[in-house]
Amino acid sequence: MIGDPPPGKSDQHGNPGELIAPGQTYAGITGRITSIPLAKQPPRAWYFGFAIGFALLMMLFLAVTWLLVKGVGIWGINMPVAWGFAIVNFVWWIGIGHAGTFISAILLLLFQQWRTGINRFTEAMTLFAVACAGIFPLLHLGRPWVFWWILPYPDTMGLWPQFRSPLVWDVFAVSTYFTVSLLFWYLGLLPDLASVRDMAETPLKRKIYGFFALGWRGSAAHWQRHQSAYLLLAGLAAPLVLSVHSVVSFDFSVAIVPGWHSTIFPPYFVAGAIFSGFAMVLNIIIPIRKLYRLEGFITTRYLNNMANIMLVTGEMVAYGYLIEAFMAWYSGDKFEEYMMHNRAFGPYGWVFWGLMVLNVAVPQLLWSRRVRTNTVLLFLVAFAINIGMWVERFVIVITSLQRDFMPSAWGMYTPTAWDWATLAGTVGLFLTLLFLFIRFVPMISISETRELVAEPKKIPA
Amino acid sequence: MPMNRHDHHPISETEDSGRIDISRIRRRLEEMHGLNYWRSLDEIAGTPEFQDFLHREFPSAASELKDEVSRRHFLKIMGASLALTGMAACTRQPVEKIVPYVKQPPELVPGKPLHYATTALLDGFATGILVTTHEGRPTKIEGNPDHPINLGATTAFGQAMVLDLYDPDRAQTVLNAGKPASWEAFLSVMNLEMRAQREKKGAGLRILSGCVTSPVFHSQMRALLAAFPLAKWCQREPVGLDTVRLGAQIAFGRAVETLYNFEKADVILALDADFLSTHPASLRYARQFSTRRRPDTADGMNRLYVAEPSSSITGAMADHRLSLAAGGIEALASALAHRLGLPGDDGGAGEHGGWIAAVAADLKRAAGRSAVIAGKGQPASVHALVHWINGALGNAGKTVVYTNAFDSELVNGMESLKKLVADIESGSADMLVMLGGNPVYDAPVDIDFSKALEKLKMCVRLGVDENETSRFCHWHIPAAHELESWGDARAFDGTVSITQPLIEPLYGGKTPLELIDALLRQPTRNSYTIVRDYWSAQNLPDFEKTWRKALSDGFIAGTAFETIAVTSAEPARTSNIRPGGGLELVFRPDPSVWDGRFVNNAWLQELPRPFTKLTWDNAALISPALAQREQLQNGDVVELEFRGRTLRIPVWILPGQAENSVTLHLGYGRQKTGRVGTGTGFNAYALRTSDALWFGSGLQIRKTGETYPFSTTQRHFNVEGRDIIREGTWQEFQSDPHFMSARTEPEPGRDDTLYSPDEFKYTGYKWGMSIDLNTCIGCNTCAIACQAENNIPTVGKDQVARGREMHWIRVDAYYRGGLDDPEISHQPVPCMHCENAPCEVVCPVGATVHDDEGLNMQVYNRCIGTRYCSNNCPYKVRRFNFLEFNAGMTSVQKMVKNPDVTVRSRGVMEKCTYCTQRINAARITAEKEDRKIRDGELVTACQAACPAEAIVFGDLNDPASRVSKLRAQPLSYGMLGELNTRPRTSYLGKLRNPNPEMKS
Repeated sequence: MIGDPPPGKSDQHGNPGELIAPGQTYAGITGRITSIPLAKQPPRAWYFGFAIGFALLMMLFLAVTWLLVKGVGIWGINMPVAWGFAIVNFVWWIGIGHAGTFISAILLLLFQQWRTGINRFTEAMTLFAVACAGIFPLLHLGRPWVFWWILPYPDTMGLWPQFRSPLVWDVFAVSTYFTVSLLFWYLGLLPDLASVRDMAETPLKRKIYGFFALGWRGSAAHWQRHQSAYLLLAGLAAPLVLSVHSVVSFDFSVAIVPGWHSTIFPPYFVAGAIFSGFAMVLNIIIPIRKLYRLEGFITTRYLNNMANIMLVTGEMVAYGYLIEAFMAWYSGDKFEEYMMHNRAFGPYGWVFWGLMVLNVAVPQLLWSRRVRTNTVLLFLVAFAINIGMWVERFVIVITSLQRDFMPSAWGMYTPTAWDWATLAGTVGLFLTLLFLFIRFVPMISISETRELVAEPKKIPA
Repeated sequence: MPMNRHDHHPISETEDSGRIDISRIRRRLEEMHGLNYWRSLDEIAGTPEFQDFLHREFPSAASELKDEVSRRHFLKIMGASLALTGMAACTRQPVEKIVPYVKQPPELVPGKPLHYATTALLDGFATGILVTTHEGRPTKIEGNPDHPINLGATTAFGQAMVLDLYDPDRAQTVLNAGKPASWEAFLSVMNLEMRAQREKKGAGLRILSGCVTSPVFHSQMRALLAAFPLAKWCQREPVGLDTVRLGAQIAFGRAVETLYNFEKADVILALDADFLSTHPASLRYARQFSTRRRPDTADGMNRLYVAEPSSSITGAMADHRLSLAAGGIEALASALAHRLGLPGDDGGAGEHGGWIAAVAADLKRAAGRSAVIAGKGQPASVHALVHWINGALGNAGKTVVYTNAFDSELVNGMESLKKLVADIESGSADMLVMLGGNPVYDAPVDIDFSKALEKLKMCVRLGVDENETSRFCHWHIPAAHELESWGDARAFDGTVSITQPLIEPLYGGKTPLELIDALLRQPTRNSYTIVRDYWSAQNLPDFEKTWRKALSDGFIAGTAFETIAVTSAEPARTSNIRPGGGLELVFRPDPSVWDGRFVNNAWLQELPRPFTKLTWDNAALISPALAQREQLQNGDVVELEFRGRTLRIPVWILPGQAENSVTLHLGYGRQKTGRVGTGTGFNAYALRTSDALWFGSGLQIRKTGETYPFSTTQRHFNVEGRDIIREGTWQEFQSDPHFMSARTEPEPGRDDTLYSPDEFKYTGYKWGMSIDLNTCIGCNTCAIACQAENNIPTVGKDQVARGREMHWIRVDAYYRGGLDDPEISHQPVPCMHCENAPCEVVCPVGATVHDDEGLNMQVYNRCIGTRYCSNNCPYKVRRFNFLEFNAGMTSVQKMVKNPDVTVRSRGVMEKCTYCTQRINAARITAEKEDRKIRDGELVTACQAACPAEAIVFGDLNDPASRVSKLRAQPLSYGMLGELNTRPRTSYLGKLRNPNPEMKS
């Protein structure tokens, strides 16, 4: 087994370690990575993780069933806080879903090789996170069984969606993003599925993996077309990374609610999304890497680079907070001023200050390379950021609605057990899908990792 | 059924001989009318054996009814009875002639509502109402615009009475000792009882009723008392007018009623008098008062001074309000009397001497054009003082007029109740007939009414519901609801109003008239005959025509009491009145459940109380200063100890509450009531003694450390400097009518938009609403009227606590100034119907859209429930069906729904529609007549109900319409207009008229 590269050894950019541990061979890589899905039994820890995820998933089913039976009144939403956990969770999951495509597409286009060890994994994570996110806009509807009225379909009565509403844009943005991410992920997976097929020992496995490999034979023509298609999809996916959360931010910034109606929202949301996406990648990859002893493929270099991205986007997010407060004061708008004051010192002030600690103070630890390269500390920082980003959405959604224009209509929001159950339930869905993924699909790109062995020090021009 | 019997029952008609009295049976058969089948002679005779047989014939079912109800069987029986009541609801119209108010229909046109004039009662006093019926089921109450006491307005109680009609918890069968029995059986028992009473000249007979103004009932009682000269009639209301009448008796030496003409009063002083909302004539008073609050009033704005212990509707309208303990009012009145040259005591006012001096000067300046009024919660001595003060000011005959009293003798409910209980205790009274009322619950706690009831040989109660008192009664007769009854009553000015039924009694209920008639004679007459017979004997000119007109109008014109000149007794010298120290306990009727009678009415329960915005509960209202002293928070449970009795009740801190007064609202904490009222609130009667009916000092308050969750609809009462409510003074307005708009940020211009300002042209009608904050008294009637009109569900205490109440129009309250004596402003908030509606752009499915007349419409069918519209509504007037709030309604409950308005299901948004169904009805009428809808022809439900005419709706394209003229007034403004929403609902800024000589 390959251990961690010796710490402290840096490349010319000051990045610690290598992208792949030395001494890897083509056959070794293929064998090592395909051995995970082809293993007869997953490790004991897999069962443990899957069981947790599955139990939470069952809770989601329960919560959703009760929701469909009774209505959204089982949640804590009310007037004036008509949007609650459902929207907070939606934005949070969508944000998490940003890292995958960012890593795969944008870093691919920028010829950043440090995507190789983690791209498959993060793309899968993106899909699962978007799936989790996609549940909420449906469930939060008062009448979810007619959700399709939001789609433009040829209605005999000539009814169309109301295209001025950002919720309609949302549908397009999120569904496009999900589709492109899925295609991109699957396209990248084809050669690896073929590798698994080739390594499989039982006919059934060969059949199943062969079916999904779509007859990949690894011919030069295949590779040539695959590469150009992959690049083209990357080109398509890259703007989507920026657009999807911009559109999600329009849900808020198009409204006139103080605290929502802000032009900084699109870039601020995108930065926040990447911030939380990378945090989630780290939170998952650090234990998995340890569990499957993949430190040779996902080296500390990756962790360090992801931490750097988090640091940058974290500063952008902090800037967003600062500008929000500044604009509230600078605009002279009494509603904005009150909103900012209420955020910091109102009944949910403690949430706001918690957000400042989690999202602004804690990420400053990432300036230290010791933190960036220490898996435990990095895990904790990433965890704090994940919580922090959820709290950020809570602050935006709840404290803005809670006290808007009419003091007589001001209210409070208290989530119910069903709110928490639904949030935890989607975490269960996410974990379940994730554990199924690492059990049955090669979680590291075999073909691209082999490229690293071929040209381990390729530096783009 | 065996005819030969061995046991003799004392009350059977076969007594003495064991034989059936054939002549009696013949008579009974003659009395019966309609399809009454009889099975045996015993049945007709009503023998106990037959009753027993009836009971045994279906032994399983009969036993179910008296068993402790098992759940399964309860559901079975419920289901069966619901099916039956549903059928009962389909009964034909009453056979008596009833005359529609507006037009006489040749026949009932399905889908076309009819309107009938009838009468609503509260504490015996009539208000004229028009009832809308759809296919024979009453659905909506409107005020009768021709009726002199309410002039078209209604109270919240009046609006909500239609819900009581369909209350599934109403008494539905005659009960004998808790077992189902029949009216016929009751009659036969009464026959014997009355025979026994006749022998002792009625010495054991007592009738207990609430306050009764009905001429028919009075004549019946005269007949009864003539036949039973030793019988006694006790009229008593838990929150009645005893003090008012006693006060007049002291001042004038005779029983008179006092009526005010507030439209003639320039200066008004209300001493703990909530004349705008809890007086029997308050609808008329509110109208009169409001005519003098409009800035364009010809006679100038009036000035209102109020001294009171606890914020009232009237207190909030005051230009100068003094928070004063109820026990301090008398001293204040005495000081005022002194300053007006009457024997009084100047020193009693203490620190408020300056205040009352300024008020006295102002009253004197307006002598003959001023009015002083005291509330029923003040002792008779204060009322007498007020009469002398009005006399000294020369107001009598001008702003204050006197009429003959309803009863020739002084009615003192408290004294007659005491006498009644004493008679029962001594055994001299053995039979009690109660017409409604709930004395076991609401009698003063030092009178053990239930113990007295247990001593009675025969106790009968007629009531619409079974309550605490019913349990002690041998017979309980279901009463017909007012909307099911024939009857009459007088309004506070004396006008005789006729009650006619809108629907046949759902549960075969009887009216008080029928019950008293049954005591007097058998065969009994029905109440139609009783009422008609009485009035036909009254020498009315051309009776048939008068009678038909009375039914059509709802009242008999010209029956108001004539004003009389009164000579006042020598003013008594009141000296050395010093309010008691320490804490004071004050009792007031609850603004929603009154004395407890409306506790099972969900609309009223969920109606946010003025000022506190509490729903479903009452609280001990305490002042901020007391809260500070005792370190109490809203919802902290305290133990109140008052004259040896204790009550645990949570507190609510009410700004403007007199420092050392604790106010309890009566009517809550009921032990036996229906499903809605059970378990709500705390019983203030537990501390109410006959020597402190309204207030008393010597209260102890102890914090228990427990807390109680209240449900309120408004949590924040500070306007936060926003342009939501505009206020100023009459003086400022006179120097510059535009002073208000000059103070605030100008609204964006018409062209300050990226879109074409003429994107939508409203060429036909252009609906708009104007709400006058000067006249709005904050009485909440609009909210209930809207609820009744628009099928708005109630959601229950828990859902209100979660912020999910459904009212389409709410009355916001804002406080200004100090905590101890704040200025309070009310603001009714319906949908603003913005021309630039923020809700519309964000709906993904176009479920909220604008129509070509400017209505912001909600398309329930299209709504998928994203709630984005509500988030984007700056006024937060949208309401969402978070759950299925209409679930579980019985078929009888469903009858209250307005068929012209969709009943919304779970998951859709709803909000004020400007009563679009009324607009369409008016449009159809107008189009049939090939004309436009006339101004005033079309009124919204809130507008129709408003006592102060504060809400005006109409066509903004018609420059002559009232709403256009109001919008053109300098005080008119759009709430949060700076957001460029261009609201169609506008407000008229509130002016107060402070006395320039007073500081605050």
